[in-house]
Amino acid sequence: MSRSIDIKLRVNGENVSATVPARLNLVDFLREELCLTGSHVGCEHGVCGACTLTVDGDTVRGCLMLAAQANGKEITTIEGLADSGQSTALQAAFTKRNALQCGFCTPGMLASALGYVNAGGAADRDAIRQHISGNYCRCTGYQSIVDAICDVIEETRT
Amino acid sequence: MKAPDFDYLRPSSLDAALAMLAEHDGEAMPLAGGQSLMPMMNFRVAAPEALIDLADLTELRGITVDAGTVRIGAMTRYAELMSDATVQAHIPLIGMALPHIAHDAVRNRGTIGGSLALADPAAEMPALMLALDASIEVTGPDATRMIKADDFFLGMFETALDGELITAIHVPVATPAQRFGFHELTQRHGDYALAGVAIAQTDDSYRAAFFGVADRATRVPELEAALKRQDDMKVVLTYLDQIDFTDDLKANHTTRQRLAGVALTRTLKGMTA
Amino acid sequence: MTGPAHIFDKPNRYIGKPEPRADAARLLQGRGRFVDDEKLPRMVHAAFVRSPHAHAKILSIDTEDARTSTGVIAIYTGADLAEHVTPYVGTLTHMAGLRSAPQHPLAMDVARWQGEPIVMVVATSRALAEDACELVDVDYDELPAAVDSETALDADTPVIHPEFGSNLAWERDVIAGDIDAAFAAPGVHVVEREFRFGRHTGVTLESRGTLCDYDPSEDQLTVYYSGQAPHMMQVIFSKHLGLPEENVRVISNDVGGSFGIKIHTYGDEIATAAAAKLLRRPVKFIADRFESFVTDIHARDHIVKAKMGITGAGTIVGIDFDDLTGIGPFSMYPRTSAIECNQVLNLTGAPYVMENYRAKGRVVFQNKTLMCQYRAVGHPIAMAIADGLLEDAARKIGMDPVALRELNLMADDSYPRTSATGMKLDDLSHKRALRKLTEIMDYQGLRADQTEARKDGIYRGIGFVSMVEVTNPSPMFYGIGGAPIASQDGATLRLDAGGALHVSSSITEQGQGTNAILAQVAAGVFGVDLNRVKVTTGDTATTPYGGGTWASRGAGIGGEAMLLAAQALKDQVLEVAGVMLQTGVEKLDIRDGAVTDLEGNERLPLADLARTVYYRGNELPNDLNPELIATRHYRVTDFPFVFTNGAMAAHVEVDTATGFVKVLHFWAVEDCGRVINPLLVDEQIRGGVVQGIGGALYEECHYSPDGQFMNATMADYMVPMASEMPDITIAHIETPTKTSVLGAKGAGEAGTGGAPAAILNAVNDALSPMGASIWQMPMTPERILTVLDKAAE
Repeated sequence: MSRSIDIKLRVNGENVSATVPARLNLVDFLREELCLTGSHVGCEHGVCGACTLTVDGDTVRGCLMLAAQANGKEITTIEGLADSGQSTALQAAFTKRNALQCGFCTPGMLASALGYVNAGGAADRDAIRQHISGNYCRCTGYQSIVDAICDVIEETRT
Repeated sequence: MKAPDFDYLRPSSLDAALAMLAEHDGEAMPLAGGQSLMPMMNFRVAAPEALIDLADLTELRGITVDAGTVRIGAMTRYAELMSDATVQAHIPLIGMALPHIAHDAVRNRGTIGGSLALADPAAEMPALMLALDASIEVTGPDATRMIKADDFFLGMFETALDGELITAIHVPVATPAQRFGFHELTQRHGDYALAGVAIAQTDDSYRAAFFGVADRATRVPELEAALKRQDDMKVVLTYLDQIDFTDDLKANHTTRQRLAGVALTRTLKGMTA
Repeated sequence: MTGPAHIFDKPNRYIGKPEPRADAARLLQGRGRFVDDEKLPRMVHAAFVRSPHAHAKILSIDTEDARTSTGVIAIYTGADLAEHVTPYVGTLTHMAGLRSAPQHPLAMDVARWQGEPIVMVVATSRALAEDACELVDVDYDELPAAVDSETALDADTPVIHPEFGSNLAWERDVIAGDIDAAFAAPGVHVVEREFRFGRHTGVTLESRGTLCDYDPSEDQLTVYYSGQAPHMMQVIFSKHLGLPEENVRVISNDVGGSFGIKIHTYGDEIATAAAAKLLRRPVKFIADRFESFVTDIHARDHIVKAKMGITGAGTIVGIDFDDLTGIGPFSMYPRTSAIECNQVLNLTGAPYVMENYRAKGRVVFQNKTLMCQYRAVGHPIAMAIADGLLEDAARKIGMDPVALRELNLMADDSYPRTSATGMKLDDLSHKRALRKLTEIMDYQGLRADQTEARKDGIYRGIGFVSMVEVTNPSPMFYGIGGAPIASQDGATLRLDAGGALHVSSSITEQGQGTNAILAQVAAGVFGVDLNRVKVTTGDTATTPYGGGTWASRGAGIGGEAMLLAAQALKDQVLEVAGVMLQTGVEKLDIRDGAVTDLEGNERLPLADLARTVYYRGNELPNDLNPELIATRHYRVTDFPFVFTNGAMAAHVEVDTATGFVKVLHFWAVEDCGRVINPLLVDEQIRGGVVQGIGGALYEECHYSPDGQFMNATMADYMVPMASEMPDITIAHIETPTKTSVLGAKGAGEAGTGGAPAAILNAVNDALSPMGASIWQMPMTPERILTVLDKAAE
């Protein structure tokens, strides 16, 4: 029983050991302790999707999971997606379609988009809109993001 | 918006978890998926002395079928429910409802047990349990007992749990005589509904559970009886008067009652179509 | 002034091309640099105790327990900081009669809105600072609050600043012609409506935040600032913290959305700078979402009683309205909170020929969060009044709303001219825009569909707006009134030894693509490949001096400065090339990174030229003094503003059983002059439209009667999300402004300014068979059901 917890996890393919305050959430841990500042904090109550990242292959809200709960897990952040090449096609499509402006929602949006593409989602605009509807973007009209995700699906399946 | 400090406990067995719960005498909260609890803590509206993480409790996992009942471990995540073949085959209502619950990233963490224990009146899961005539298996330090869903939800964020943990949910296997319907009215996909209803029809009998409309997920026996009698919908809808509809910023009680009626009408229409 | 054709037509031009943004790569790989990503040695964190009351006297503050809380470094009250920060007042001399009271970073004796910062706690982590905040005991005497703008001026409403005698902050009347006579004339129909525009707010995904570092050895304050106007903030920090201007450096790296939210003086940010100075170490403050809701400026909050007179043949004879705006307890510093109302008074009906006009604006104080300039300042109100009444009038006289607009819009060949309110207008294209709009949307087809659908009980509606957008403001906007807000901007281009361009500009990047368009202008006008241009913006230490990004001025003003500087550098480089090549300058050009002849044949790579200048100056004549750097500044001179215009349409379906509105599609035709990058402009318009849809259908700050903000969470304050948003078709008319060579007008706000009126009109078109109409935004399901019920009675 302790207010700080020892954790061991893998982050972007690297083993990490740390002692963290019990109350520290995963996204703050990644940003503050590991300096992986690509994951953003937008609302801290699980609505905006800016902190969306991947835990054991599933997208999760980084603000609704404690670092302590990540013990033994495999975490992939936007930096990991980029460095490993997993998000290369989406990056290219987002660039071509101008599917980002300020870029603050982008890491979470990419993680959600990748979840959709990897799950075999169709190039169906309504389905894509529904899938990314947990990720708030104040700058674009969402349309370019939908276009970009469609592009990636169509390119990889033809 | 940082959570207040707390102790983090990670028991490896149900017995250990129950002992911790008892030891903290109401000051500790079980942590399931955390998708509702963590926002409450970040806002500092919940400030438990300790969190008891249920993640390692194998007793709370697994989906099995036995004697016409599906037993779903309390720590089963929404995403698992959606992809589980047993659930798809035997509890079609869950498959109808789950895409409307929040979003992917939340469904990947949120658990069925967590939702039921919280008893948010706007949440879909309690209403599904009511419609499905499910039983909630709860375990305390001394015993395990079954609570009918009808007896489980006592009010806003209030349940029949008494120093216990939900260990599993028991749902009757759907029969060929059954039909199901689900409809919710939300302005944005994945939001809590302004009004919604889940319906299970068995032959000519109905279980219709409304959510997002009152202090808890609610059935109206007289309304269900009227459906059975095949009363005119205008008559059926008058029984909604028995619900004490909520007033809030998004809709007052009059609007909510009307929307509940629309949800019911549309669900029934979809079931007969 | 018109542009020399070669700037826009030569082979390696970039202006007008949909070039992807270079900045995208960084942002897509998690390598952006937002304020909260910065971490400095010895950095500590701030949190604030905020007023839980809308109006309360602060009787005492007990910080004793908090001071001993783990990790606490310092605690400051209003009185503590008042010794180090001079108060500020949000008035400007050209807003005649505007009054506001002095503001301190932390409330002094009275708290005047829920969320006002009272006590600052600095600790080694944000979590520990929040823990200590809970231990601060403030004893309040709650006072009656003035919350409702409609009763703010009543005799029995508490006066927020007793020294003013009332809650009136500002008022203005605008009168042209004789509106009473016009309305009374025979054959004139008058439509009258009361519009209500809810309060909403910006909800930038990156919340406000600052990291302030103070170095006592040099008396130097460095502020990492998530905002739009670094030079303005430099002056404000300097003036109120008592530092020489040159000792304040304001750096804006990546900014996660701003929309007008991040261009004001917020007490918590000023307090953070003061704490850094007092503690002699870096202090970071990042607003959490709750703090954002209760302290970021709010917008709109208007109640408008309006009338339009129209002849049976469809000629608008005039508009008469009264606008009441609630701005919170102070006018925001330094831009003031009267501009929004002033824009409504100035812009209503601006697309239409109209001789009679009467408008009254009143701006009142109330115990709510401060209201100030947010994207499309005043525009949604102005456009909804005029175009809402116009379509109401069209229904009344049985005329098609497009035909009615055709009849009343200013003719495209009638400029320059003035609007009824005296606004100088030029280079607009309302009629062409409307015609293009009806073509791309297949207006007739939609009407046919509407008729068919109604037979099945499906109620679809089509709504329009013809609109103007204030862009490229001159000094008449702020500078004239004494605000430290530059209306001119500067650009510098430097040719480096390797042949690349380093450019810098005083306009700033918040994601709209400023850096990208600056590079396009520089590369295209000077003559290098786009990827050989590096752009610096957002740093008072390294960029030219200027206003930053607001009022859709970046492309038009900053872009023009860059164009002028690129032309100047080109002239300077060609002078050197002429000497080196022993050729007349008039026979040379720069293309694709090389000095060429006029046919484009390479004569001298720029890298060779630059290396000769920088490394081997001995090869040049002694009397040649090469300047491979040029700076130019630009401001708009002949007009107070340069207007963009547009025509937009919404197609909606109203579920009459639930009151839900689904936006099926949206079209926008915009004339923002020369389009520098259509890829960027189009998605900016779309984003603006979606923000406008937010205001029209979803977003509202709800207050209780005693001034409590009731929905300050992302779950309860509804922003538009992807699932409900329509596809948006964009088209352009390009009428370059004659005020610049570049010809670009602003593009960033039109969608937000126009969409609400189009949605309102579409909803009312859908409701028209039931005889219902709605005049309140957001148009929530409950409000729509209410008007349907009323019509059915």
